Amino acid sequence: MNAIDLKDNTLRHLRIALVYTIVSVIAFGLVYPFLMTGMAMLIFPRQANGSIVFIGGKPIASALIGQLWTKPQYFHGRPSAAGKGYDPTSTGGTNLAPTSKKLVDTTRQTIAALRKENPDATLPIPMDLVTSSGSGIDPDISPEAAHYQAPRVARARGMTTASVDALIDRHVQPRTFGMFGEPRVNVLELNLALDAQKPRT
Amino acid sequence: MNLFGWAQAVIFLLLVLLVTRPLGAYMARVFEGERTWFQPVFAPLERAFYRLCRIDPATEMSAASYLLATLAFSLIGLVYLYALLRTQKWLPLNPQHFDNLPADSAWNVAVSFMTNTNWQFYSGESTMSYLSQIAGLAWHNFVSAAVGITIAIAVIRGVTRTDRTTVGNFWVDVTRATLYVLLPISIAGCLLLVSQGIPQNFHAYQDVVSIEGFRQTITGGPMASQEVIKELGTNGGGFVNANSASPNENPTPLSNLLEMFLIFCIGAGLTYTYGRYAKDQRQGWALFVAMAILFAAGFTVAYASESAGNPLVHALGVSGGNMEGKECRFGVAASSLFAAVTTDTSCGAVNAMHDSFTPLGGLVPLANMQLGEIVYGGVGTGLYGMILFVVLTVFIAGLMVGRTPEYLGKKIERSHVQYAILAALVLPVFALIPTAISVLVPAGTATLGNAGAHGFSELLYGFTSTTENNGSAFAGLGGNTYFNILMGVVMLCGRFLFLIPAVLLAGSLAGKPRAPVTSGTFQTHSPVFVGLLIGVIIIVGALTFFPADALGPIVEHLQMLHGKSF
Repeated sequence: MNAIDLKDNTLRHLRIALVYTIVSVIAFGLVYPFLMTGMAMLIFPRQANGSIVFIGGKPIASALIGQLWTKPQYFHGRPSAAGKGYDPTSTGGTNLAPTSKKLVDTTRQTIAALRKENPDATLPIPMDLVTSSGSGIDPDISPEAAHYQAPRVARARGMTTASVDALIDRHVQPRTFGMFGEPRVNVLELNLALDAQKPRT
Repeated sequence: MNLFGWAQAVIFLLLVLLVTRPLGAYMARVFEGERTWFQPVFAPLERAFYRLCRIDPATEMSAASYLLATLAFSLIGLVYLYALLRTQKWLPLNPQHFDNLPADSAWNVAVSFMTNTNWQFYSGESTMSYLSQIAGLAWHNFVSAAVGITIAIAVIRGVTRTDRTTVGNFWVDVTRATLYVLLPISIAGCLLLVSQGIPQNFHAYQDVVSIEGFRQTITGGPMASQEVIKELGTNGGGFVNANSASPNENPTPLSNLLEMFLIFCIGAGLTYTYGRYAKDQRQGWALFVAMAILFAAGFTVAYASESAGNPLVHALGVSGGNMEGKECRFGVAASSLFAAVTTDTSCGAVNAMHDSFTPLGGLVPLANMQLGEIVYGGVGTGLYGMILFVVLTVFIAGLMVGRTPEYLGKKIERSHVQYAILAALVLPVFALIPTAISVLVPAGTATLGNAGAHGFSELLYGFTSTTENNGSAFAGLGGNTYFNILMGVVMLCGRFLFLIPAVLLAGSLAGKPRAPVTSGTFQTHSPVFVGLLIGVIIIVGALTFFPADALGPIVEHLQMLHGKSF
């Protein structure tokens, strides 16, 4: 390619690139997402709108997104690094290294706090209850983490630990197709089931 | 480790294997303009593109012209996204009223998405308007992926063609890649992802009050339509900061499987496409097998290391695998698998925080990138990266037996090896030198999130990821002016200084005659060749990066075993 050809060629390609950008932004940047929104709203309206959970007409949560729980009569989720805790507008993990002093100190405090909150617990403390999730809005805990908290919840509600354990077992989501992911319990679902069984006092 | 974890990896790879042939054959038909299923639907659109942009689909381009078109399109895309991010405040579809991005940050994001890196110094959920997401970021997800596929096809044509010295028409290839490959899979994938719970709306965020009385702002937006192309195009830039760890972007184990599948499928399919063009499927399968072996090795190390967990936490009286930065629904196995998948390719989406992986678990994604992301690879970039390694391997094998090296019957000459070496130098130069500089300047270490060896790993990971256009990150590098500007430059060099020699190499091979196969021909589809190829890939990577890795993850591993914290 000599100099004049190169210039012509470059200008021609730049001209095409400009029009191409406009045309493809309309096609893939605007028509595609709006088309998909329309189809999603028709076929899966609940999911497309964010799986919002309503109680008495008031939105209380998204089924997907974890929330902060502090009262003894409810199951608690995992430690969260999202904002001030479970803030979906500020998602993320602690990003602490395995050799971080801060990680070790925080984990020690979390363990101490858990022991204090759950004096009747007989099971070993599960790993997920002392580690922060990647998103900071993990909606789930492991079945072990739920059973660990069962004595506390039972005492706060005047129920037997056995009946709380049975309720947990009913709400365990197994691995998908028996293989993918891990067994888990959605904290909101479990707490709603608790309230349905034994109305709040 | 348990059987479920291994089964997830095996089934996943089987699914990828299953789709390799049909998808690969389909792509070969698409790029040669043959009839396909989607033609009745998309052919009118394709013709509209050509008419509006005044493209003559019948003309082919030389390698140089093809590169000019690539650079022109990339330049316009860069300027466009920069302008959009700098003005989003005054544009529609911004229900959260997010401000314009500052100049250095907009530069970084614009380069990042144009180069298919999707490095994120920003939190999408609190900085990007819906318009910037769909018409800026997601649009780039489509076209930067299409450019990657297009370059791979041009390289394949150059390497395999004997009748012509041209490598195809860039505009035609980009149009076909988006319309016939990316768009149909995105439409189907988007609906599947919505069915799993990913939002797809244009509402403002919704405020809720929890049962315990806490206020919470539930994020939303056109997430699913972006999520699907983020994975399929191996882009990796999340709608929200936590990326695919967020239940908004990845709500179930099934969505997780689908996302990993989307990341691998085009890269795997292209190995078959390659076999088609070479008129010898064994050439494609040889690359597939080499890739599968490297994938399995990476997953195994990551899974074993994450399952073993963190002895510093175990010392506090809690047992189990490393769950810091991981989600309950995925656990250790699916998180290790995703980490391997996202760095074997140039995707960089994450479903767990790599920064909090155990040192050896975190070394796997780092090493995957250091080997050049050739394990299925970024859409397109992986295959042409692999072909460069093949050229090197053939050359080295030729030296060993004292014969003129040949590949697919074409003589590999001095200039071809020079192009391959030039491309191979890009990663060490742009990953290691900026890392070294950043260790020395205050701005480089000011924001590191962790002390000790891990802090160094954060820098090394960051520059490896940006050079390789991966985009996954250890955290700890702040979005300050220093990193914004430097990493922008690194991403540009990583993309184009690699792509240009690859296309020029292909251009100089195009039209060369193929010598007939004789008993003395070195077979490039034999197990011996696959072994040699893997050897070359590992030796090149290890020679380059072992010293740096020894200062980061490897020393951290030893410190962790001795119970040291920083």
